[in-house]
Amino acid sequence: MDREKAGARCLCDLTVSIREGTVPAFTPPPLPSDDKRWKIVNGTMRKNGFARHALIETLHTVQSSFGYLDDEAIRFVARSLRVPLSQAYGVVTFYHYFSLKPPGKHTVTICAGTACYIKGADKLVAAAEKRLGIPQGQTTQDGKISLMTARCVGACSRAPVVLRDGEVMGEVTSGQVLEQLERWAVE
Amino acid sequence: MTIEELEQIAKSVCQENEKYDFEVNVCMDLACSSQGAQQLKDALVKAAETSGKNVHIRRTGCMGPCSSGPLVRVDPEEALYHHVNADHAEAIVNSLGGAPVPDLQCDLNEHFDKQVRVVLENAGYIDPEKIDEYIARDGYKALLTALTEMTPNGVVHRITESGLRGRGGGGYPTGLKWGTVAKASGDVKYVVCNGDEGDPGAFMDRSVMEGDPHRVIEGMALAAYAVGASKGFIYVRAEYPTAVSRLTAGLRDARRRGLLGNNICNTPFNFDIEIRLGAGAFVCGEETALLASIEGKRGTPRPRPPYPAVSGLFGKPTLINNVETYANIAPIVRNGGKWFANMGSERSKGTKVFALTGKIANTGLVEVPMGIKLREIIEVIGGGVPGGHTFKAVQTGGPSGGCIPAEMLDVGVSYDALVRLGSIMGSGGMIVMDDTSCMVNVARFFIEFCMTESCGKCIPCRAGTAQMFTLLTRFCNGSGTMDDLELLESLCSTVKEASLCGLGQTAPNPVLSTLKYFRNEYIEHIVHKRCPAGVCNIQAPVTDQKEVLA
Repeated sequence: MDREKAGARCLCDLTVSIREGTVPAFTPPPLPSDDKRWKIVNGTMRKNGFARHALIETLHTVQSSFGYLDDEAIRFVARSLRVPLSQAYGVVTFYHYFSLKPPGKHTVTICAGTACYIKGADKLVAAAEKRLGIPQGQTTQDGKISLMTARCVGACSRAPVVLRDGEVMGEVTSGQVLEQLERWAVE
Repeated sequence: MTIEELEQIAKSVCQENEKYDFEVNVCMDLACSSQGAQQLKDALVKAAETSGKNVHIRRTGCMGPCSSGPLVRVDPEEALYHHVNADHAEAIVNSLGGAPVPDLQCDLNEHFDKQVRVVLENAGYIDPEKIDEYIARDGYKALLTALTEMTPNGVVHRITESGLRGRGGGGYPTGLKWGTVAKASGDVKYVVCNGDEGDPGAFMDRSVMEGDPHRVIEGMALAAYAVGASKGFIYVRAEYPTAVSRLTAGLRDARRRGLLGNNICNTPFNFDIEIRLGAGAFVCGEETALLASIEGKRGTPRPRPPYPAVSGLFGKPTLINNVETYANIAPIVRNGGKWFANMGSERSKGTKVFALTGKIANTGLVEVPMGIKLREIIEVIGGGVPGGHTFKAVQTGGPSGGCIPAEMLDVGVSYDALVRLGSIMGSGGMIVMDDTSCMVNVARFFIEFCMTESCGKCIPCRAGTAQMFTLLTRFCNGSGTMDDLELLESLCSTVKEASLCGLGQTAPNPVLSTLKYFRNEYIEHIVHKRCPAGVCNIQAPVTDQKEVLA
């Protein structure tokens, strides 16, 4: 990697320039590719003045633009915000909301909050796991369906709740979940 | 913006509303939306156009009884319709000016009679994305009055006088907290709103942020004036996209109206708010973890003191309050501290919003004065347990709270009373369980939650919750022993005493409270290897099978 280009400098260089009062202005690294989505990501960072505390905000933008966070994205964000890569990776893995794997074409999210649990959400999860042959949190091998659980989407009054590609469905039965999975499977 | 201008806006909204003969309010909160409220609204607009009647169709925030949704309220008749769908639109529009549609009218008088609405006063009456409708209902009046007629100390004094306590769960006196931040030295101070409603089974804060975002913004602005801050952050869960977009729109409109920004109301007061997204970590509801998360770091708590009031966000004095706490501020400043202190019980003043869910007839949001009996909330407002089942317990406070049994239902709701019962007020989730719920399994559910949500910084919480989960799993699958039970109890006290933050300190509460009130269920699982509720999948023990064969 070209260190100059990355904006990283050797410590003694930096000490000399600080002493001489000629600290070079920070230049953010170039965008990884022509993909327009990087411009959106860069926009979030610019809006926050490339400040370190914008890390989570920026990761949110990456995830909403690309669907997940890959190595390239984490490296780019870390370098742009001058955050150690270890710290950026630590943040990504700490928060459940961030995903390191691409989501399937469709996502079924079963809410596992308390109200949904009391109304039998565990049975929905078990039925979906059996049908898809994957544990929760994973995507089928053909990349068609991701099975996720959520910690509460706030629609507790209509428990058990399932999100069908983000759309809230209330008072769901196992039959309805299986029906939906069937429909996606034959698409 | 001046008070006169504010009144002018309110007047023009009223004139605008008077142009219409009828108002049809459609609840478009998450629960109603998931049952086709959008299609219903479109159908109503169409029906109104074809009928030629002069009708104003408005989308509103949560009206409360979500289980009866989609809900529609027709004004000025104040007729509330339940389970409405797009096919009913024509009938509703045709009935305007005559008798209400009989099949759709719902009888929820008992449900509403016991409630007192302070935080939810605008929910169901205004369009959340129209700042002028908020202004027409006395919105931002408190802020402008405070800026022009009150000193910052006066605002703090009024909050102290009201006796308001933190609605996030801890119940720390709000006035005292504001006073500490106001006295803290330093030019830069921050005001933070905790909208990280992580408690599964609670959705009051979502509803307030979505249904009445300006109420939160006004509360924060008042807080900033009182403590001398010029910058605020709202930390919202990323799982609440509508709340984020409503708040974003609310902030934009408030800036346009000159209610946020520099020299608000031609005074030297400057204040602006930024939104920060959470990323799905329950521990970020803990204040020091939340601040770390706003700083873009892993959300791990740190020991206190120093408290955030002294050294918080970016090391500066920071005021952190919950969404519902801020939602109470504007009415208190407007009506006075004494008005608020007149409601509620001796040491818990005002009202509290609860999210009533689980095995109960009327699920939804309710706002009740403090001190009301749990029995009234569950049997009268909630309509009791449906389906011929019997009430077993009500869970308050989420993973940090406990389960309260039927024999304790005559206790009045207050911070202190709930703590005495082994639970906590929490943010306001209230989950009702009937005889089909196994209390051992419920305890296991909460410990599993705390185990996965533990940030891993301190060992008692990280390792303790995992061990507790293993023991509870053994009870649930029938391999537990009485020694395990003893071990579980001793682990509970260790985790409670030795954990760093609130998550670990309160994690044993669900276990301790179920052990206190439902010990016999544990014994049934351990000694008789059976689950009274029939939830746990216990294999018949080998010895029993031998006896059967013999």
